[in-house]
Amino acid sequence: MHSQFIRGLSSCVSRFAPGLQLTSHRASSALFSKYGTSMCFAARNSSQIKSEAAAPETDVQAGILHDRPRFPGSRSEWTDKLEFLVPESYPGIPVYRIMNRNGTISDPAHDPKLDDATVIRMYQQMTLLSYMDKILYESQRQGRISFYMTHFGEEGTLIGSAAALSNADLAYVQYREAGLLMWRGFTLDQFMDQCYGNEDDLGKGKQMPVHYGSKDLHYVTVSSPLGTQMPQAVGSAYAYKRAQNGQIVICYFGDGAASEGDAHAALNFSATLDCPIIFLCRNNGYAISTPTSQQFRGDGIASRGPGYGIATIRVDGNDTWAVYNAVKAAREVCLAQNRPVLIEAMTYRIGHHSTSDDSSAYRSVDEIRYWDKEDNPIIRFRKYMVNRGLWNDEKETQWKDQAKRQVMTAFQKAEKKVKPAPEELFNDVYDELPWHLQKQKREMMEHVRSHPEHYPLKEHAKMGPI
Amino acid sequence: MIRHRTADCIPHRNLYCNNFSSYANPNLYAELSALRFLLLLFSNCLPFSVCEMSLRLFSSSFSLLRHRAVLCAAPTRNVSARFTYAPEVANPEYGETTKLNLFQSINSAMDVALATDKTAVIFGEDVAFGGVFRATINLQERHGKDRVFNTPLCEQGIVGFGIGVAVAGATSIAEVQFADYIFPAFDQLVNEAAKFRYRSGNQFNCGKLTVRAPYGAVGHGALYHSQSPEAYFAHTPGLKVVIPRGPIQAKGLLLSCIRDDNPCVFFEPKIMYRSAVENVPTGDYTIPLGKAEILEGGNDVTLVGYGTQIHVLKEVAAIAKDTLGVSCEVIDLRTILPWDAETVCQSVAKTGRLLISHEAPVTNGFASEIASYVQKECFLNLEAPIERVCGWDTPFPHTLEPYYIPDKWRCVETIKKMVKF
Repeated sequence: MHSQFIRGLSSCVSRFAPGLQLTSHRASSALFSKYGTSMCFAARNSSQIKSEAAAPETDVQAGILHDRPRFPGSRSEWTDKLEFLVPESYPGIPVYRIMNRNGTISDPAHDPKLDDATVIRMYQQMTLLSYMDKILYESQRQGRISFYMTHFGEEGTLIGSAAALSNADLAYVQYREAGLLMWRGFTLDQFMDQCYGNEDDLGKGKQMPVHYGSKDLHYVTVSSPLGTQMPQAVGSAYAYKRAQNGQIVICYFGDGAASEGDAHAALNFSATLDCPIIFLCRNNGYAISTPTSQQFRGDGIASRGPGYGIATIRVDGNDTWAVYNAVKAAREVCLAQNRPVLIEAMTYRIGHHSTSDDSSAYRSVDEIRYWDKEDNPIIRFRKYMVNRGLWNDEKETQWKDQAKRQVMTAFQKAEKKVKPAPEELFNDVYDELPWHLQKQKREMMEHVRSHPEHYPLKEHAKMGPI
Repeated sequence: MIRHRTADCIPHRNLYCNNFSSYANPNLYAELSALRFLLLLFSNCLPFSVCEMSLRLFSSSFSLLRHRAVLCAAPTRNVSARFTYAPEVANPEYGETTKLNLFQSINSAMDVALATDKTAVIFGEDVAFGGVFRATINLQERHGKDRVFNTPLCEQGIVGFGIGVAVAGATSIAEVQFADYIFPAFDQLVNEAAKFRYRSGNQFNCGKLTVRAPYGAVGHGALYHSQSPEAYFAHTPGLKVVIPRGPIQAKGLLLSCIRDDNPCVFFEPKIMYRSAVENVPTGDYTIPLGKAEILEGGNDVTLVGYGTQIHVLKEVAAIAKDTLGVSCEVIDLRTILPWDAETVCQSVAKTGRLLISHEAPVTNGFASEIASYVQKECFLNLEAPIERVCGWDTPFPHTLEPYYIPDKWRCVETIKKMVKF
């Protein structure tokens, strides 16, 4: 009872005055002597518990007492002006651009001056992506695959960022980033296998087209819910920081997904937990039919970064070199300082949202044509290459033929392959098949075996033994 | 033996003290009495308002308490005890033991996990200083600030972040402060964690994720500090859902969850955090997931439950034996998903009668799944319809808790009906 009281008193004291400690010593104190134990309060130099709302510091440099707000974490000064911050009165965060629409570099110091082979490869990847998009979009229209999403207008953002990263940097994406996957080496066959959901699909036929994923290429499998990848990317970045593996995480998302709660969670966590992550927002002007004017009222997504304590830049997403430079610099910041960076790439979605969308229902054909003709990342990059003497009309024709043939070959191959065997349905729910799934699998297979005429068995690999 | 009351300590002054508040700080009574002594000592020289002010300041530093006056009366309400916690004995195979309560045994499991797995990290709201239920006490000190750390107040962020940690190959232990607040993370759990392996063709997975949350009735938790949301997650293929009944079980089951290569949700019966005390093995041991446990054999009625409710069912079995001459077989499910239907069905094949009991509301509660499955597998064995004694289909009330909770009297009445059928 007595020791309980002392313990209680001690913890009382430590709450009120962390710098004080209750110690027992021989010098008696009238206050406590009746308990047979004498105590005195001894001041300690270092407090055990650091408190944010601790005793105010006073700035006594030069002997002047400087009156500042003392609120926890405050970096502010007092003001006696009653003024609201009116966001519309501030200019927008500037857009970093170094290569104009004619492919001319404004400041040669910002030209990465990559070697010829890399520059040509970048162009070929941008165009190969657009040819693949065109063919697969058509194939959906013809009922060969169920769904597709194109990247028209955003090839610069994708290839520019891909080329600036390490292939081992972990990528969490939304759904319009196949250019990154292509850059890292995902083959046309693999793209088509996933879209067809056939037995060679790395995803084992589980998901809709364009939900690619590749462990070898460090590209986390796409999932349909928007923004969910964002806090996950932060978690992986934290684990990478602890593992000290020299890699960062890049997280792509769109202007619409940025409205999700998960986006807020991710930005806040990345800053408070000091994570080496690049958030790359593809602001392409639309979330299906919703223009950005109906998505947010602030200055784009970039204006949110500083609110979270995140280093931020806005770039011209159709300037492949601007994107490249920004991502390269951001990567260095992440690695050196273990802090997040937000890049908002301004671009335009030339294509429809997906094969389920007809964007003429909510925007004018003139608007689309403008971006396709006047500010197309592929055209700008080609002009740069021509300026550098790396490309010409003949090479363009040759490459176009070659690329389209490659795409068609892969396409025809994928179309002929069968889908996974029916029992594949039960795999990978858990690491091992639990008893109830074993039971259900047997039930399903017995049913299908006894009623084969009702099931498209010819399209699937042969069912195994029950 | 600790007696738990449904309406524990609600004296005339709207004062909450005793069990629930003591979870936050076992020194609380000591601190309160010490402070009371100091105030009495100085009350001659201090105006009453100052005393009261200091008391208010003092009490506001506790996250879970609201005090009107320090001079708390001893519990006066005469409510029949809901259940008594009977400590168990650990399997001697697990080695040396020490007296630990539930939060200490959970703390021990996490300590072992962090000591044996250098990638393991623990995170959530307030875990750094030890957690609002002290489950993570001393862990930051022992394992480092980069391994045990606070996150901002955002459950969707906590679970999303946790998934990402697991995907990158590190062991990921997330804490949600109360199961009642797990719902912002529902999308991340159901659409992401549960489906991560399946949708990627097994290229990726978040099997290293474990999400822990305190759950269940506590006497006065009301709508938002008492929920049992296991049924929502049991409906999600890809997750595992585990609920321990006491300290020895909790440590072994939590270690299994942490080491299981599937995302696990671990609900901890908060009412027992401080008061359930057992000799818990100090070492590293696991208890298998997916296996129910028969706590006592019987021939007439099978009683199935989990977590806190198991202790109610044990008393029900004792009352049934003493007053009705009915012998009950008590089964603790332990893992809700995937659940051990074989053990339950074998028991019902023997007894012919099944009573399932949980705090969660009856409609679509997990008892529905058990009842549905067992009636199919054991249809011809049944001597009486399967009964569910559960919470009513209402949100969890505050002062009406004694009428909401599926107490032993409702269970005993139900058994009477079953044996007379």
